[in-house]
Amino acid sequence: MKFESQKVAKPYFIFALVLFVGQILFGLIMGLQYVSGDFLTTYIPFNVARMVHTNLLIVWLLFGFMGASYYLVPEESDTELHSPWLAKLSFWVFAAAGVATILGYLLVPYARLAEITYNDLLPTMGREFLEQPTITKIGIVVVCLAFVYNIGMTVLKGRKTVINMVLITGLIGLSVFFLFSFYNPINLVLDKYFWWWVVHLWVEGVWELILGAVLAFVLIKVTGVDREIIEKWLYVIVALALISGLVGMGHHYFWIGPGEYWLWLGSIFSALEPVPFFMMVVFAFKVVKERRHEHGNAIATTWALGTAVMAFLGAGVWGFLHTLAPVNYYTHGSQLTAAHGHLAFFGAYAMIVMTIISYAMPIMRGRPQGNPIAAQRLERFAFWAMCLSMLGVTLALTVAGAWQIALQRLPESGEALGFMATQDKLAPVFWVREILGVVFLLGLVAYLSSFFVGATESEVDSLEAAAV
Amino acid sequence: MADRFTKGMARNVYYGGGVFVFLLLVGLTFDTMLELPKRDHRENITQSVANGKHLWEKNNCVGCHSLMGEGAYFAPELANVFDRRGGGDEQVFKGFLGAWMAMQPMSVPDRRKMPQFNLTDKEVEELADFLIWTSRINDNDWPPNIEG
Ligand code: HEC
Ligand code: HEM
Ligand code: HEM
Repeated sequence: MKFESQKVAKPYFIFALVLFVGQILFGLIMGLQYVSGDFLTTYIPFNVARMVHTNLLIVWLLFGFMGASYYLVPEESDTELHSPWLAKLSFWVFAAAGVATILGYLLVPYARLAEITYNDLLPTMGREFLEQPTITKIGIVVVCLAFVYNIGMTVLKGRKTVINMVLITGLIGLSVFFLFSFYNPINLVLDKYFWWWVVHLWVEGVWELILGAVLAFVLIKVTGVDREIIEKWLYVIVALALISGLVGMGHHYFWIGPGEYWLWLGSIFSALEPVPFFMMVVFAFKVVKERRHEHGNAIATTWALGTAVMAFLGAGVWGFLHTLAPVNYYTHGSQLTAAHGHLAFFGAYAMIVMTIISYAMPIMRGRPQGNPIAAQRLERFAFWAMCLSMLGVTLALTVAGAWQIALQRLPESGEALGFMATQDKLAPVFWVREILGVVFLLGLVAYLSSFFVGATESEVDSLEAAAV
Repeated sequence: MADRFTKGMARNVYYGGGVFVFLLLVGLTFDTMLELPKRDHRENITQSVANGKHLWEKNNCVGCHSLMGEGAYFAPELANVFDRRGGGDEQVFKGFLGAWMAMQPMSVPDRRKMPQFNLTDKEVEELADFLIWTSRINDNDWPPNIEG
């Protein structure tokens, strides 16, 4: 670690992982409610569990992105963070707002929460992923402003590397597109059209810039490969992500009102979206193969490669699966959508956050060459347990989706099975999903435990020797 | 990557290409905004439809249901429930929805539950108007059949 101020990243990373655990617990509650309708429903109706699950996901990823930026931007800029104090303050503001919002979901009925928070003054609640009370949304904007200002000033006074520039465009885009969450017209078609300007332009737009920048940073560090090579790849990857992904938004405009040319534009442009994800795989394996030194933190390298592969599978392969309009006509809003949503979010964004944590946390804890061998071994086990169980969850949901379409959507009206009857038939697959979800939780527990595995005596000795 | 393709060129593709395609998206959005009035029949958005949308949001119906295929996949699609449960007749549908909302949660063991929202008759009527209006948006003939 070059600069003392990079350490402000630590609470961000720790809190992100705490929220991650909460996210998975609520996922498992929903998974049970899918097959056993009475489970906890009087206390936590399905919609409440779902809000908690998805909002915790988004918030912990934002904490992760912020931690990543606070860690890497000073190092890239070759200067201390503009204001460590502001970063600490916004951590507490964001954490308090996040916890209060989740408690609000859990403790009062949603309609009541809308009243308490004066939703009628500026109604923004009750839309998927954007369920937060308007006051929370304003809080998110304030925190993002403080964050982007802090990072921006740091970049301005220091080195403007390619990683810094790509990261900062991503972060500015993240903040700007979030503003569309305040636009909630009474016309449902317009509402949906611009809802995607937050959701799609985040995950298939500016977040990919953040993903690319963080991945490039970690790869430079663990491989020692020449910056010039890595930066050129980064530019090409994020360029293709934007060129395909912006108009690729059309794949969400097929069946919600916009005109027919979106069937063509959405299909063609989004069919290209897997290309940058594929290039990320080639890039990651190429630079690891050409590495200049053996970094002691081998597991961080594994995470970096894993992110590229799993993001390609989740976003690239499972995205392509249902992105062409004639296919999407049948798959739209089915369990296949959930299959893709899970692998893409996990593979791309959950894993990039765990990648930077795996690289940066040991350094912040005074272990520049990574965690002790035993800790890394446990972390490697956790890596495989989480990746494989998430692949399993995705496959189960894919089977469920295909079966659902065959029973409910392909037959003519009159012959097709109803929604609820179809779901009954899918129950065995939903059980498989739930069991694999428990395996995922065990993997996560193993991952967290790896933080507490200490060094052997000889490792302590050699560390001390290195420090002298 | 080939040496002839320099980092400077890559940077130009990133900034230039990104800005160009974003402007393309903005242009297409303007065009769509001109076309939408013909497809979303906004002239039929009454006060009741507007109230219905607020009720839909305030009670987070989208946390279990999908609407035009977006939302959750736990409970039936509702953009076409007017056709499915009302047979395209507004009075029949309003009768159905009133009865349906009143009888939740149903006491079938282990079946997925819909909560009781304690809505007034007027509110149920507004929700019905919103769902009826939604069912008439030109959505390129989605879903494939009545089951949604
Ligand atoms: C906690 C989850 C949940 C929430 C929230 C919810 N529903 Fe439901 N809804 C269900 C389930 C489950 C069914 C299927 C029940 C059955 O068939 O036994 C259903 C069925 C329906 C149906 C009948 C659909 C059909 O084709 O049979 C309508 C209409 C409906 N809901 C309207 C609403 C409205 C309006 C709201 C918001 C005020 C709402 N629901 C909120 C879970 C929910
Ligand atoms: C990391 C990047 C990505 C993430 C995190 C992601 C996530 C998601 C999520 C959560 C949804 C469901 C949205 C909803 O609830 O309505 C979704 C839908 C969709 N995604 Fe992605 N996605 C990514 C990349 C891609 C790519 C690259 C493609 C295309 C190649 C794609 C194609 C689609 C399509 C077609 C839908 C609509 C599904 C439907 O009609 O129901 N996604 N995505
Ligand atoms: C491992 C245990 C998990 C279980 C049992 C689980 C279960 C669920 C369930 C039941 C839903 C609601 C689907 C519906 O609307 O009907 C859901 C939604 C979602 N979950 Fe999970 N989940 C788990 C882990 C994860 C992880 C690790 C991620 C990402 C990192 C994730 C991301 C999402 C997203 C993005 C959605 C919204 C999907 C959409 O709208 O299409 N989940 N999850």
